[in-house]
Amino acid sequence: MSRVREIVPPLLLAVIVLSVPLFLKNPYWLNVLILVLVWTALGSAWNIVGGYAGQLSLGHSAFFGLGAYTLAITATHLGWNPWLGIALGMVLAVPLSLFIGSITFRLRGPYFVLGTLAIAEVLRLVALAWRSVTNGAVGIMVPFLFQGVSRAPYYWFIAVVAIVAVGITWWIERHKVGYYLTAIREDQETAESIGINTTGYKNLALVISAVLAAATGAFYASYLSYIEPDIVLSEPVSLQMAIVAIIGGRGTVFGPAVGATLLVFASELFRAQFKQAHLLIYGLLLMAAILFLPGGVLGTLQQRLKARRAARAALTGSTFGVRKEAS
Amino acid sequence: MELLAQLPQNLVSGLLLGGMYALIGAGLALVYGVMDIVNMAHGAFLMVGMYTTYLLVTHLGIDPYVGILITAPVLFLMGMLIQRLVIHRVATASHMNQILLTVGLSMVLVNTAQLLFTADYRQVRTSYAETVIRIGGVAMNLAYIISFAVAVAITVALYWYLMKSEFGRALRATAQDLHAAQLMGIDVQRVQMTAFGLGMALAGAAGALLTPVYYLYPTVGENFGLKAFTMVVLGGMGSVVGAALGGVTLALAESMGQIFVGHELKDAIGFIVFVLVLLLRPQGLFGRARA
Repeated sequence: MSRVREIVPPLLLAVIVLSVPLFLKNPYWLNVLILVLVWTALGSAWNIVGGYAGQLSLGHSAFFGLGAYTLAITATHLGWNPWLGIALGMVLAVPLSLFIGSITFRLRGPYFVLGTLAIAEVLRLVALAWRSVTNGAVGIMVPFLFQGVSRAPYYWFIAVVAIVAVGITWWIERHKVGYYLTAIREDQETAESIGINTTGYKNLALVISAVLAAATGAFYASYLSYIEPDIVLSEPVSLQMAIVAIIGGRGTVFGPAVGATLLVFASELFRAQFKQAHLLIYGLLLMAAILFLPGGVLGTLQQRLKARRAARAALTGSTFGVRKEAS
Repeated sequence: MELLAQLPQNLVSGLLLGGMYALIGAGLALVYGVMDIVNMAHGAFLMVGMYTTYLLVTHLGIDPYVGILITAPVLFLMGMLIQRLVIHRVATASHMNQILLTVGLSMVLVNTAQLLFTADYRQVRTSYAETVIRIGGVAMNLAYIISFAVAVAITVALYWYLMKSEFGRALRATAQDLHAAQLMGIDVQRVQMTAFGLGMALAGAAGALLTPVYYLYPTVGENFGLKAFTMVVLGGMGSVVGAALGGVTLALAESMGQIFVGHELKDAIGFIVFVLVLLLRPQGLFGRARA
């Protein structure tokens, strides 16, 4: 019974998200919401590795770019159906993430961060130099996934990806995988000593994360209809993914969605003033979050709620009452 | 045959660039070694140094090399201020939060430059930038030679300052053991603030030296920032001299590797070297394993 009750609110939320294009027809706002969903999906993907497992990757543009380029290359060079390209990008994300994991998971702390950054940068440079396939800095056109002028089908597609990403996180948090990942984040040696296969679970988290990022990258490429290495493989992409999750709340199910909403709306608000410098707001908010709200918006909120609930339980004298009197 | 002919030229170019790399690496090592702070904004400070030089040249007509006398102090003060206001607060926080804070700082600096100067590529041209000196088959740009000489002079002066001066001693003591230094009556707070300022002044000076021989654009520092970490890792974490040697090594590796992989993948060499060193020789090429 409680299981059913637990699953109702998220399902209701998913239905609400999916029904938005039925009454919202304004293309500008639909575009803004599509961007919110793109960053929700990416932030959630990052959150599995960076938030739950505590592995601060700043190289996730590699997977995003892989999805985007696989779709673009298979469509333009081989004439594939774009859906097949998206599927291939997601499949290829598995070996790429295992390869990157096999290198970077040997590194700890700052070296892990720098390692992920360096590998993603190498991929960007290769994409720039490998002109016969990627067209280099000139970029390639990407076919549309959906015909017609309406943005609604794009909305539904990315909404499904975002819901799946948040759904997987929701599932992870409630199953042993989530506990294992959290244990790895808190203390890797201890996690290992109690028999958790830390490398295995870190790789699992990275694979899930990479496949989600690749799917979103392919979607984004088709939505923009044009990609080049500096759009899909650059450092800012990796940074934005991490920032969305950190500002919303690392290691919380809905944190990335909250962060994506905040940041997309904030950068829309200042678009006219900042023009090319739209990441200024990301940098400022990231600094503010680290200094004043390290748990992120949702993380801090959840901590407060937990503390208040504990205090109330203590006051009503149920479980903590005795201990409180004793102290 | 073609390859062999390029060899001495690339060797010399690599060495000249290495002087500037040494300065970049030394600045980062100072901050990491003394303050144990992983500064992801080092490249952004280099960029600020380049734009400061650019402003001095275009608005006041000051020669870029003379401009170092202004650029370095400006960056020094800016570094001290930022340390006091922001970095100071995460001095004892986890490396992860330090990284994220300085990543945010870097984004703020880069995007402010984007706002002020747009993303256009700019160039500072001096009268001697076109002068080429030939020795045997090797051609050397005069601006490169001056930049190299100034960079070496600053690196040597820094080394001498760290080894001989009272402040240098305090700084090295703080790097070795913060609490012991504090007990010996060293004002650790001031040392850390000055060390950060000094690191940023070095980044600024390197930026000033790069300006006459490079383009400037707001994201110019991104790759230099990551390269600076490569130098520091090559030199063994936290060693200023090691990082300077790491800088020369990296520049040589890039310019020699360029012969084989082409100009575009030159930067990739450094990053691959970086990952390999982290995996195979984490104590660095010139360092001993640290406890």
